[in-house]
Amino acid sequence: MVRLITHNLLACHAKGCTTNNFPLKLTDVKLALREADFNPDFLRGFLPRVEWDALIQASREIGDTSLPVERPEMLDDDLLRQLHHVLLEIHIDEGSMTCPNCGHVYPISNGIPNMLLAEHEIW
Amino acid sequence: MSRPELQAPPEIYYGDTEAEKYTNNTRIQQIQADMTYRALELLNPPQDEPAFLLDIGCGSGLSGEILDEAGYIWAGVDIAPSMLEVALEREVEGDLFLQDIGQGFGFRPGSFDGAISISVLQWLLNAETSHPTSSPPHRLTRFFTTLHSALRNPSRAILQFYPTSDDQVQLITSIAQRAGFGGGVVVDYPNSKKARKVFLCLFVGEGGGGGAQVPRGLLEGDEAVGAPESEDARAKFERRRQRESRRERNGKQKAVKGGKDWILRKKDLYRRRGKDDVPHDSKYTGRKRRAIF
Ligand SMILES: C[S@@+](CC[C@H](N)C(=O)[O-])C[C@H]1O[C@@H](n2cnc3c(N)ncnc32)[C@H](O)[C@@H]1O
Ligand SMILES: [Zn+2]
Repeated sequence: MVRLITHNLLACHAKGCTTNNFPLKLTDVKLALREADFNPDFLRGFLPRVEWDALIQASREIGDTSLPVERPEMLDDDLLRQLHHVLLEIHIDEGSMTCPNCGHVYPISNGIPNMLLAEHEIW
Repeated sequence: MSRPELQAPPEIYYGDTEAEKYTNNTRIQQIQADMTYRALELLNPPQDEPAFLLDIGCGSGLSGEILDEAGYIWAGVDIAPSMLEVALEREVEGDLFLQDIGQGFGFRPGSFDGAISISVLQWLLNAETSHPTSSPPHRLTRFFTTLHSALRNPSRAILQFYPTSDDQVQLITSIAQRAGFGGGVVVDYPNSKKARKVFLCLFVGEGGGGGAQVPRGLLEGDEAVGAPESEDARAKFERRRQRESRRERNGKQKAVKGGKDWILRKKDLYRRRGKDDVPHDSKYTGRKRRAIF
């Protein structure tokens, strides 16, 4: 299962694709919601790693508008719970992730993104 | 039977039938679990906040279940769809990716607090096609370079694998070094044919918890790592072993009295001294004898 927490870390790794290769654009998604244990310490530690604009873009692409467009300066409990939900509880079951630069499509099926490259895409 | 990695490409070898068989085999479950606990001990990630880990060649999630239990958030990659399917069925918590690690990762720099890999790296030592990009050194270079960048500084990657020769260990460590990693190889139970395990302990920067010193391997008589009762107990493991190894460097190392090693050493000593009625060694040597009534 893939969630926005790992989508936010994922850039295109095809040969020669090194700029404008992030974030992968999500389309045609089917979602599943699964509750996860709320872990504020983890979120606080992880947040500095998050590319906020990419998270906002991706969350809108999958139809969630709960997060503020601007990266928040303060993390109150409400916001932590929203982040928890968006990053860890929404699973992308089906769909595709498309590289904004080279156009490579990474399909997601049965919850698993296929990151395999063709021979000519390997560096 | 020859080793699995010599029989077929991994995604073929680990097809539906083998994936089920592998995952349901209780002996395999036990061995993979023991190695996962040991890898986590060697990884020694910071304890102040739950870490985000990468499980390389996660397979059907035998390690993932342990990561879940221990409270880690993790992502796993594997090249065998059937193994990943079993992982899904077992409802592990980590995000799973179908990926050939020999093609390299696309994770942004500093994504993970650490990485583990259990019984996978030997698969990268065999070329699958004659295409130049698929030679083992090429694949290892892409793997280590992109892994190094995907890890935070400082952090560690612990990779248990089954080399067939010292040359293979040499090849792998030299490519890892060129990719920027420090660290080295830890061999547990080096004298035991069955229990011997090789762990590649790679450091990014100072290597995180425990500093940049390569931990020592376990020896016969050392306590095996079982499921630790708590986070705290796990954190103490490496520190305790560091203390022990200091003690050992000062005094001479002792085998546990009465254990198989101790008996073998004694017998060897007696033989060398010319004693001729020393019982021969067998698989029963040092076993507990049941009382017979
Ligand atoms: C012995 S299994 C170990 C699985 C799991 N780590 C465990 O401990 O149970 C080896 C795994 O390595 C995976 N593997 C082999 N070559 C790989 C590659 N190039 N990329 C990703 N995974 C690979 C196989 O598909 C298989 O799941
Ligand atoms: Zn691309």
